Amino acid sequence: MAEPTVIVDGLHVVYRVYGAGGDRGTASTALFRIIGRKTRPAIREVHAIKGMSFVAYRGDAIGIIGRNGSGKSTLLRAIAGLLPPEHGTVYTTCDASLLGVNAALLEDLTGERNVRLGCLAMGMTKKEINAKYDGIVDFSGVGEFINYPMKTYSSGMGSRLRFAIAAAKDYEILLIDEALATGDAEFRVKSHARIDELRNRAGTVFLVAHDLEEVEETCNRVIWLDAGKIVEQGEDVIGIIDKYLEASGGEKVTRDPVTRKRISAPEPATT
Amino acid sequence: MRSSRVSTPGQLLDGTVVPSPDEPGPGQGGGSLAALAAQYGLTPSAQRAPIGKYLRELGHRWSFIMGFATARNIAMYTEAKLGQLWQVLAPLLNAGVYFLIFGVIIKNVSRGVPDYLAFLVTGVFVFSFTQRTFISTSKVITDSLPLIRALQFPRASLPLAYVMIELQQMLLSMAVLFVLVLFRAEPLTWHWLLVVPALALLTMFNAGIGLFAARTGARVNDFAQLLPFLMRTWLYVSGVIYSVQQVVAQHAQHFGWATTLLQVNPAAIYITLVRNSLLNSQRESAFGAKPYDAAKCKAWAFNSTYADHNPKASAYCHSTFISTHLWQLGAGWAVVALLFGFWFFWRKEVFYGRG
Repeated sequence: MAEPTVIVDGLHVVYRVYGAGGDRGTASTALFRIIGRKTRPAIREVHAIKGMSFVAYRGDAIGIIGRNGSGKSTLLRAIAGLLPPEHGTVYTTCDASLLGVNAALLEDLTGERNVRLGCLAMGMTKKEINAKYDGIVDFSGVGEFINYPMKTYSSGMGSRLRFAIAAAKDYEILLIDEALATGDAEFRVKSHARIDELRNRAGTVFLVAHDLEEVEETCNRVIWLDAGKIVEQGEDVIGIIDKYLEASGGEKVTRDPVTRKRISAPEPATT
Repeated sequence: MRSSRVSTPGQLLDGTVVPSPDEPGPGQGGGSLAALAAQYGLTPSAQRAPIGKYLRELGHRWSFIMGFATARNIAMYTEAKLGQLWQVLAPLLNAGVYFLIFGVIIKNVSRGVPDYLAFLVTGVFVFSFTQRTFISTSKVITDSLPLIRALQFPRASLPLAYVMIELQQMLLSMAVLFVLVLFRAEPLTWHWLLVVPALALLTMFNAGIGLFAARTGARVNDFAQLLPFLMRTWLYVSGVIYSVQQVVAQHAQHFGWATTLLQVNPAAIYITLVRNSLLNSQRESAFGAKPYDAAKCKAWAFNSTYADHNPKASAYCHSTFISTHLWQLGAGWAVVALLFGFWFFWRKEVFYGRG
């Protein structure tokens, strides 16, 4: 049996949202709430993950599919240890990392400072950063704009630099949350190649994507989520994706009856 | 409308019963998965590191903390035309306002203190370090939620980075203060070197209260609303704009406990330490600087409005236990605040991402 790298055991994750609905949020309703001894202002609980269990092994590339709001991103964050579970536990061999540093960057600063800040935030030492700096800038292809504040970048340039920074690190357990297809066609090819590289070097990969073709191509297992629960999971990637498409009313995919490869995506009907 | 009660463990608002982690859940896994994890040496991902390991990780992140602080400081003024010059201009203008009022408009105000202007500006700059740290760290977790939800690192890095931001700004105001003090004909002496340990202790103290404020602000959102009022109260009891010595001399007989509280207040201690290092006039007028003389001390404490009042006569009063043990008390406060603040913050390490 292969060595397990991530074990999700009866996981529940709950978000608490303050001041979402409940009352009209005015001073008088707050006063009545205090008089009525309701101590906390309307807290709404969002039960994002309702009991999940699965095991991932070394060498697995697991695609996570499901509708918006089905708990895909939350699951990744729980695996990364960024969101504490309400119940249950996520066990990992080492720190699992999300691919992404957007939140650490400051738009007011130059690209150069942001490269260094982002790398520091990912836990690199100054030495490692100096060694990797040129590679990151080259890969991003922002050129001389590296000395300009990031807020002056076009959205494509910004996301290219962000991706270049995030992909500069090697990961043992890699968590990828969508939005890989950024930038122009040339950069997309480059970034896919880099992802493949990271994926080959990482022990285990989790990929959240709406682009089901990408999941089919790269994953050996798939987990289908709906409303915070696992609907189906297994190694029959194509079978589960087809069932998911059927259930969510997506377009049917025409497949070769023998190889089960996609023949060609039908042209979307123009209205 | 549903009542806004808080769910008890194992029971959520929508009525779903959550299986307790000990009993196997319906369907897959349950206890056997925990055994599998133990067999291969897997550890829970959202687990608080033991305090020693946590400190080591924090040490590895020190360059991130400093880098983040510097970056935030630079980003603060990128929109302004004068740019980074504002780092110095802001404290300079701040001191300028006080100079205009107490150096030009109301000239001979003494309030029982020699060189009131230098006394005041030193107090304001030192106190605002604590004040700004407290207020900014109370919002650090809420402000940085996207960062906390994206990257794994010891969360104490964030409040500590905010303390470093304020430290950098305070050091620049100190540079402005040094110049102002020299202009006030205070001599440059070896005592100035004592500013370094005084500010080091103050920074330790502020790091402690910063960590405390970060957890409190993250758990109780109302804390940030209340804080400005608490800080203003603290400002008024810390002897920033008046002399604590005078209050002590006036009321020690009848309100001994209150004057003790007033003096033992950490903000007052750090402000006094910095004042005594920088200002010759403060050292000369400190309690017990001259042999005790009851009449002169009494005249200083109660007749400060008379024309022949000597603001330095407080030197003839008895020194108190606190006024002779300022350094020990300052160090004590720094260590206690830092240890408690760190422990307090670390306890809830795992929960900061929940929001």
